Amino acid sequence: MRFTWFNLMPWPYLPDDFREKNRSVWVDIDPKLFDPAKGHQVYNNYLDLLEYAGKLGFDGIGVNEHHQNAYGLMPSPNLIAASLARRTDDVALVVLGASIALYNPPLRVAEEFAMLDCISGGRLVAGFPVGTSMDTNYCYGTIPGLTREKYREAHELIKRAWAAKEPFAFNGRYTKLRYVNPWPRPIQQPHPPIHIPGGGSLETFDFCIDNTYSYSYLSFGGYIRGQALMQGYWDRVAERNAPDTSPYRAGFAQTICVGETDAEAEQLYAKHVSYFYNRCLHVYPGFADAPGYRTIKTIQKGILSQYAPQTMFQEHPWKELVDNGSVIAGSPETVTQRMEDLIKKLRVGNIFCLMQIGDMPKDKCMHSTRLFAEKVMPKLRHLFPEYADDGRFWCKPLANRAVPGAMPVESELDSPVGAER
Amino acid sequence: MQLKTIQTQRVPVRYYESGEGKPLVFLHGAGGLDMDMGFLATLAQKFHVFAPLVPGYGDSEECEELRDMLDFTLHTWDVVDRLGLKDPILAGFSMGGMIASEMAAVAPNDVSRLALIAAAGLWMDEHPIPDIFAMLPYQLPDYLFYDVEAGAKIMSAGTNMSDPKFLQAFLVQNARQLGAAGKILFPIPERGLASRLYRIKARTMLIWGEGDKLVPPVYAKAFKQGIASSEIVMIPRAGHVVPFEKPTEVIGAIARLQ
Repeated sequence: MRFTWFNLMPWPYLPDDFREKNRSVWVDIDPKLFDPAKGHQVYNNYLDLLEYAGKLGFDGIGVNEHHQNAYGLMPSPNLIAASLARRTDDVALVVLGASIALYNPPLRVAEEFAMLDCISGGRLVAGFPVGTSMDTNYCYGTIPGLTREKYREAHELIKRAWAAKEPFAFNGRYTKLRYVNPWPRPIQQPHPPIHIPGGGSLETFDFCIDNTYSYSYLSFGGYIRGQALMQGYWDRVAERNAPDTSPYRAGFAQTICVGETDAEAEQLYAKHVSYFYNRCLHVYPGFADAPGYRTIKTIQKGILSQYAPQTMFQEHPWKELVDNGSVIAGSPETVTQRMEDLIKKLRVGNIFCLMQIGDMPKDKCMHSTRLFAEKVMPKLRHLFPEYADDGRFWCKPLANRAVPGAMPVESELDSPVGAER
Repeated sequence: MQLKTIQTQRVPVRYYESGEGKPLVFLHGAGGLDMDMGFLATLAQKFHVFAPLVPGYGDSEECEELRDMLDFTLHTWDVVDRLGLKDPILAGFSMGGMIASEMAAVAPNDVSRLALIAAAGLWMDEHPIPDIFAMLPYQLPDYLFYDVEAGAKIMSAGTNMSDPKFLQAFLVQNARQLGAAGKILFPIPERGLASRLYRIKARTMLIWGEGDKLVPPVYAKAFKQGIASSEIVMIPRAGHVVPFEKPTEVIGAIARLQ
C-alpha cells in the first residue's frame, strides 16, 4: 500500500454566511474574501503540515492544481512541490497534477517536472489531469469541445520531449515548436510515474490503461459512493485486456479524521468537516460541466461528475458524512477497519489521505495525522502482498541524494586568490 | 417543412427546405431551430427557404473537424455550394448571424444581400454579452424573451429535470449542440470579425429586438459602423429571440432586401 498525505489548501476564513451571500466558491468567488497577509500564514502552515507528514512515514505528500478556488489555493502545484523538495528528504512528491492542456506551450510541464525530479533526486510522482471544467474551461478559457484534443496533443508533446535523444520539430494543432529540446531531463527514465486524476470519463479510463498510468479518483464523496465509478474502471481494465489487475493501477482520495476515540474524533473535527462540506463545496452548478467538456459516450454511461447540477442544497451533518463514507473518522481501530473496507472494495493501492480539512487548525491536523501514521497505516501495509513488488506506478529516487544546505566551511575558502590550498 | 440531407466534404448535413421564390439560407442560433419552425414556415410563404443545421444540432451528425471560425465559415459555404445556390439571401440569427457575417466577409463578391438578426460576433467591454455557457436552463428565459414569463413557460414545457432519463437526454443534446457552438462562442463570442467587417459588400439589414438582453441593440450600431451598406431595423416589444417573438416584422425587414 502507498499512502500520500494530501493537502488541497483550503482558505480557512470563509464567513459563516458564505453560502447565503455567494453563489460559488470557485470561478467567480468574491476576491475581497482573500487577505494576502493571512495568506502568508496559511501557505506557511500548510507547507509545515506537508513537511510534518513527510517525516511520519507517509509514502508521499501530495498537491494539486486549482484556479480561482477558495478550497484549493494552488494555481501552481509545482511551486509548492519545489518548496517541499528542499525541505523533505525521502518522501515522494506527488503532484497530482499539472493541467497540461493549460500551459503554453505544454513543454513547460516537461521542463518543470524535470526540474522537480532533479532537485528532489528522483522523488517525483507526476500527474497529468485534464482538469475540471471549472478550472479548464471557465477559469482558463479552454474551449470545452476541444479540451480533450488539446490535452492529448500536450501529452504527446511531453512524452516525446522526455524520450527524445535529439532536438525535434513538433507540428501540433495547438502547439508548434521548431526545436523541442527541454533542459533539464528527468532523473527517472523513461519518465517519472504518471497518475491521472479523473472524474469518470471513459476516455480517461482507457488512456490510463493503454499507457500504464495509474487512475486516481479524487472525490469528496467518499468510498461508498466512489464504488460504482471504480467498478466502472476495473470493468474497463478487464474489457481492454490489461495484462494485470494490479491495485496500483488505481488511487482514491479519502477524507480521514483520526481521534483517540470515535467520540473524540467527532468532538475535535466535526466543525472543520462541516466547514469543508457545507462551505467549501458550494460550487455554482452552472460551472460544473461546460457543454462539450464531457463526451457523449461518458454522459450516456451515466457516470456523472460530483459537481453535476444539484437541485437543492442539503446541510450535511457529521453523522451522515461518516455513515455514507464521505468521511472516514473515529478511533484508530474504527478508521483501520473502514480503510480496509475501502481498499478492498475499491481495489486501490494508492490512497490520497485528505487530512487537512476545511478550516482545521494545525494542532488538530497534526494529532489526526500522527494517529493515522502510527496506529492505522502500519495495519494496512500488508494488503495486496502479491503486488508488493509492483513499482511501475511509484517513483525511484537516486540512492545517493544531495543534502540540502550542505555547505563547505567558509574559512577554508578564505586563502588568497592564486595561493595553493 | 421537409427535413433533408446533403453530403458535404466533411459531414452529411441536415437541412429544412420549403417554399418557392428567391432562395434564402437561414442560419440558426446556439439554441438550434426548434423555436424557429413557425418563423421559417411563415418565411417560406415569401422565399425558397433552406435552413441547414450546424453539425451536432438536432439529429445531425457531429463533426470533429469543425474547430474554429474559418472551419465553420467555409463549411457553411460548402453547404450553400452543395445546395446549388448562387448568391442566395443570407440570413443568420445570433450565432448564425456571426457565421453569415464571416461568410460575407471572406467572400464579399458572393453575397449581395445579408440579414443579420441579433447577430453575435462582436464584443464591447462596456457591453459584455452574458455567458450562456454558465447559465442553468431556468435562467435562460430572462435573457432570451421580451415576455419572460411566457418564454419560461414555452421553454419548460415537457421538461422534467428530476427524471434521470430526461436529464441524460438533455445533457447529451446540450453537449452535442452547445459543444459545437462553444467552438466559436466560448468563452467570448468573438473571433476577430470586427477587423473583417469592412470587407462586407452586401446590402445588410440589421434586425434587432429593442429589448434584447443577450446581444443588446448597441451591437446593431457596431455592425452598422462596420458594414458600409447597412441599415438597422429595431423591433419594439421584442427580446433576443426576435424571429420567434415578432416573425412578421422580421420577415418584413428581410423582404426589403429583394
